Amino acid sequence: MPGREAARPAATALPPKIRVRGLDLFYGAKQALHAVALDIAEKKVTAFIGPSGCGKSTLLRCFNRMNDLVDGVRIRGEVLLGGQDIHAPNLDVIELRKRVGMVFQKSNPFPKSIYENVAYGLRVAGVSQKAALDGVVEKSLRGAALWDEVKDRLHESALGLSGGQQQRLCIARAVAVEPDVILMDEPCSALDPIATAKVEELIHELKKQFTIVIVTHNMQQAARCSDQTAFFYLGKLIEYAETRTIFMNPANAQTEAYVSGRFG
Amino acid sequence: MKRFFDAELETFRSHLILMGETSFRQVRDAIKALVEANIALADRVIAADDEVDQLEIKIDDEAIRYMNLRSPIATELRFVIVGMKASHDLERVGDEASNIAKRAVKLAAEPPLKPYVDIPRMAAIALEMLRDALDCFLHLDADKAIAVIKRDSEVDAINRQLYRELTSFMIEKPETISRALELMFISKSIERIADHATNIAEEMVFLAQARDIRHTDELKKSEPI
Repeated sequence: MPGREAARPAATALPPKIRVRGLDLFYGAKQALHAVALDIAEKKVTAFIGPSGCGKSTLLRCFNRMNDLVDGVRIRGEVLLGGQDIHAPNLDVIELRKRVGMVFQKSNPFPKSIYENVAYGLRVAGVSQKAALDGVVEKSLRGAALWDEVKDRLHESALGLSGGQQQRLCIARAVAVEPDVILMDEPCSALDPIATAKVEELIHELKKQFTIVIVTHNMQQAARCSDQTAFFYLGKLIEYAETRTIFMNPANAQTEAYVSGRFG
Repeated sequence: MKRFFDAELETFRSHLILMGETSFRQVRDAIKALVEANIALADRVIAADDEVDQLEIKIDDEAIRYMNLRSPIATELRFVIVGMKASHDLERVGDEASNIAKRAVKLAAEPPLKPYVDIPRMAAIALEMLRDALDCFLHLDADKAIAVIKRDSEVDAINRQLYRELTSFMIEKPETISRALELMFISKSIERIADHATNIAEEMVFLAQARDIRHTDELKKSEPI
């Protein structure tokens, strides 16, 4: 059966965190993903690269069922998170999104204080004890390498932070609910090089604890940050391998052309 | 700002330093084995050449990986490129040490042609050049690197002098030909080691100042004798 054979780079120590099998996705009549099959390794950084419209963000958004929110979307195939089918009828989507956090291209802090942004997910989950919240807020902000910069103004508006700080705040917010997976959709494309470097540094730290999938247009970023890289083109997974292999000796001519900047 | 891959650069640097120290030791021991007719030491030098070869492979791998994944620029780019080139020179230094050791084994079986004076003197200069060139790598000291380059002519001069002297030995006493030839090759090996030290020093000027001084009139390395 086409698309059932999963692409999977060799030598991953842990069983895959996410398994995708024969995944087709349609926006109305237009097919955006074609029989995608791949495994995402646990506690690794996996980068999705490819030209605009190649389906990389669409696939990312399948992992926490964000595409459910788009009209006319049809999905066929299987996505397993830790062995569990995320499309199973009895699956609680809110619960799924707690397990699979997301950071977007443009930082989107809530118009609340820094503290409340990070505490938000826990409050929604019913945690109200101040000591518990304080602990998680500090831990998450430290985890997002933001604590030292904001510890003296936790109750000021998050909107007063710089773009890079806002993006790290969004990462802290995602981390606070202790997800299994963090999805990042071009998390640095609106940031300057220093803020980008800080987020990349953070990604490297976070992978000790979380499984990270990052969509990026920045080839150097994929090379620097990720352990595995998947190249997509026209809705198909073209090549998936260790990042070093993708950037040193890709098997596919299209992959080589893309990573060399000859198209896309 | 510290970056998570800075540690990779540090590993690369420490492997280069180790390779420099190992090559230096190889040359020093090869000369010692020759002068003392110490076959056991010569054998150890020959066996240890593989250490230097393996370091070259490791350093190349690290440099290629770093360039591939970390997009180095400016000083860092020069550092990785220069490190790779220096490791190639050091590997050749290791080969020359091994060649000297092999000839030392052959010469140990025969009485010395003459007391070893010029060869140890020449080797001492070559070793100093090598050590100073590697020091520049640690301290980005272009002036010291230029001083190394200027010393190459001293070694060349001794090599030529030995060549003339050994040629006259062979003409006068044909029974010395095989020993004299071995010594000529050893002298040539030392001269090559000094050339590699010079190459490394030139690379270090490029590392420190982004200035390519190879094949220019800037430094008259060697006066014809």
